[in-house]
Amino acid sequence: MTLAMPAPEPEILARRDELIERLRAILPTQNLIMDETARRAYECDAFTMYRALPLVVALPETVAQVSAVLALAAEMNVKIVPRGSGTSLSGGSMPLEDGILLGMSKFNRILEIDYENRCARVQPGVQNLAISKAVESRGFYYAPDPSSQIACSIGGNVAENAGGVHCLKYGLTTNNILGLEVVLMGGEIIRLGGKHLDSEAYDLLGLMTGSEGLLGVVTEVTVRILQKPAVARGLLVGFSSVEAGARFVGAVIARGIIPGGMEMMDKATIHAVERFQPCGYPLDAEAIVIVELDGAQAEVDHLVGLVETIARDEGATTTKVSKSEAERLQFWAGRKNAFPAVSCIKPDYLCMDGTIPRARLPEVLAGMDEIAKREGLQVANVFHAGDGNLHPLILYDASIEGEMERAEKVGFDILRLCVAVGGVLTGEHGVGVEKRDLMGEMFNETDLDQQLRVKCAFDSLNRLNPGKVFPTLHRCAEFGMMHVSGGKTPFPDLPRF
Amino acid sequence: MDALLATLDIRDAADAVDALRAANTRKTPFAIVGAGSKKRLGRHAPLQQHISTRALTGVTLYEPEELVLSARSGTPLREIEELLDAHNQQLAFEPMDYAPLLGGATRSATIGGAIAVNASGPRRIKAGAARDHLLGFHCVTGRGEVVKSGGRVMKNVTGYDLSKLVCGSYGTLALLTEVTLKVLPKAETEQTLLVLGLDEAQSLAQLRRASGSPHEVSSFAMLPAGAAPLGLDANAALLRIEGPEISVSTRREALIAQLGDTGARFETLPQNESGALWAALRDVTPLAAHSGQIWRLSVAPTDGLAVLDELRNAGAPIIAYYYDWAGGLVWLCLEPAGDAHAGTIRTAVDACGGHATLIRASDDIRARVDVFHPQPAPLAALTKRVKESFDPAHILERGRMREAF
Repeated sequence: MTLAMPAPEPEILARRDELIERLRAILPTQNLIMDETARRAYECDAFTMYRALPLVVALPETVAQVSAVLALAAEMNVKIVPRGSGTSLSGGSMPLEDGILLGMSKFNRILEIDYENRCARVQPGVQNLAISKAVESRGFYYAPDPSSQIACSIGGNVAENAGGVHCLKYGLTTNNILGLEVVLMGGEIIRLGGKHLDSEAYDLLGLMTGSEGLLGVVTEVTVRILQKPAVARGLLVGFSSVEAGARFVGAVIARGIIPGGMEMMDKATIHAVERFQPCGYPLDAEAIVIVELDGAQAEVDHLVGLVETIARDEGATTTKVSKSEAERLQFWAGRKNAFPAVSCIKPDYLCMDGTIPRARLPEVLAGMDEIAKREGLQVANVFHAGDGNLHPLILYDASIEGEMERAEKVGFDILRLCVAVGGVLTGEHGVGVEKRDLMGEMFNETDLDQQLRVKCAFDSLNRLNPGKVFPTLHRCAEFGMMHVSGGKTPFPDLPRF
Repeated sequence: MDALLATLDIRDAADAVDALRAANTRKTPFAIVGAGSKKRLGRHAPLQQHISTRALTGVTLYEPEELVLSARSGTPLREIEELLDAHNQQLAFEPMDYAPLLGGATRSATIGGAIAVNASGPRRIKAGAARDHLLGFHCVTGRGEVVKSGGRVMKNVTGYDLSKLVCGSYGTLALLTEVTLKVLPKAETEQTLLVLGLDEAQSLAQLRRASGSPHEVSSFAMLPAGAAPLGLDANAALLRIEGPEISVSTRREALIAQLGDTGARFETLPQNESGALWAALRDVTPLAAHSGQIWRLSVAPTDGLAVLDELRNAGAPIIAYYYDWAGGLVWLCLEPAGDAHAGTIRTAVDACGGHATLIRASDDIRARVDVFHPQPAPLAALTKRVKESFDPAHILERGRMREAF
């Protein structure tokens, strides 16, 4: 447990009763969770290594209530943490002991589906997959497909700029969002974008997407919906080395082909998956690549032939092409079960999330192995090969003294390696609490100061989701972003860590 | 100091830091100029001092297999496009060239300028805008600080996505020194299907039907009868189909089968003519030859016609127009007026949601009329705070976007 959170502010803790009293004036009692047992349900998100009991949980149902809660938090100088379904893997919605947890789960309605304009207006608590389900009868879907799509909320997807298997071809959340309604820390309600393309003036829509809940609370999202491709076919290609698999991925792209998905798994994962739920992966392969080609029938057939040829040229040891929808789904079944499957090797794992330039894949995989071995641990790899987004799973056993800390150290060293080869700390899970203290690996102090100044433009008192993303908690006044009267900043006790 | 114009050619970021720090001390603003193709774009607020990026050129990284390219901001777009073309790749967002509309040498624009105005073409609806292809950048902020953001990889959520902010900020936040872009393979071939002989509403409805089909149309425009560059005797709904040869022809047939119930007639433009047509629509050549004031309206696809009808009903003197983005982008040329018809146009756009930008008008009018869509007070205040987070003294491009900064 190496990540420090800002120490709870005693003066906020002391005003809990007053805060609750004033929240009662905004929300019905059943929308406030105050007793400790019930609050426990909210003490962490999917980054379960770190936990904190929120001061109080507020579950608003209307935009006016969100606005009033934020305005109250600003007025009382209380921290506030927005939360969707709590599936963040980086602790983005981890609560604070001296903060309100603002649960958006009651914002769960699809407000409008507009097929003619190829978009839907939804509330932030709607699940990602529910959007696709709502429009599938007309042949449409929502493209970004994070692995957690059955559970995660679209508001959380906006906060994290979520990705998924389809991203290489269809883009991330940021490329599939048209509009947002946002409540700012002072309670002001703004609308960005709409059903038209491109947000006007400064692209605050793009800035909000991936801002990890530090800039505002999303209360409505307009998403693009796409017509499903006419057909999709899968290829399962095995290689005798990770290098050969990586060369194959590069060769497909160099040939001008952008598959709908291109995923790679290493030997450890292949074997774990086959033990967990056999789906016909070749056990003799050092790596497999699943390629999905989608589009018009004639185009897909043409491209499948090309990719098969490339696979042969790159020395594939096995190549299977799906002959039915069932077979295509079977290729994916192992990939989709990879995370639970590795739990059969060790009871716990840490899922890292770095992106690298694809050409550096073989050396990064070798480097990761070396880092893990140094700590006596093992790494299993499953990743989005097309875009270089890696998800090394660091296997450990939390019941063994010190193993979790060693796993954490391995994770940090792996992310440092990603940055060292020209990559980044996170491709889709967000910085959150998990990678906060590594931000200095990618950015120097001036870079980070500029990002913090942007934060100050939205939230000058740093009350919205503090302790996430940035390794130090600055006062906006230090950046000349706050009015300082008589040499005194407001709230001089603002913590630093 | 030279009362006319002082232009500083920067060689690197350090030169820009020196210039902007000095400007902060003296409180004197700078305009940023690359090739100058967009100097008549935006509010007219002439500044005495210019920073020129014309010496800041060169592609610094290009890895075709990684789909990534970095270039210094003054690099001519033409050079980048030629380099990509030699590897069968492209900037999929098709940055428009403003020269046909605003004067100056065509194909002279720089990559920094294209990013600064978020220039995007007809493929926007499928492939995204410039903002969707900017992976990372280096800049010098209005404070005179060197800052970088983003990276060179396709998936990156490390820190705030400042790339989105600088894209379309018209140089008001920072001077870009280097940009890193996602590039994509060029399609093997393209064709354009012309759906002819329908009235305007029907033509636009066909675009929307096609955009809701699985046939992966990459651009959707509607050109009224007689409009350049085709000069046809009937309205034309235009659908661009790109991909491998076999796929393009089967998708064209599928579209004809789907849209054939309307009594329309169909024609097909082969690759070269199709390419030329979309380049012309990208650069707004249907309006360029007309004298008059030019507006760009971005609305929901179903609202394009409604807005235009509203303007017709209000008696707006429309000289020429066409639709792109399946009806959601309306390019309009009107008889000149002292207020550039801003009130009428913005009332019509506000009724449905969207924004209108005055693209071509005299300097005098662009100094008096809001060029960019006015914002509600909380959004305007936030916008100003964001500007000041990069450039507290309003040094960069003062007045270019808003009178307030």
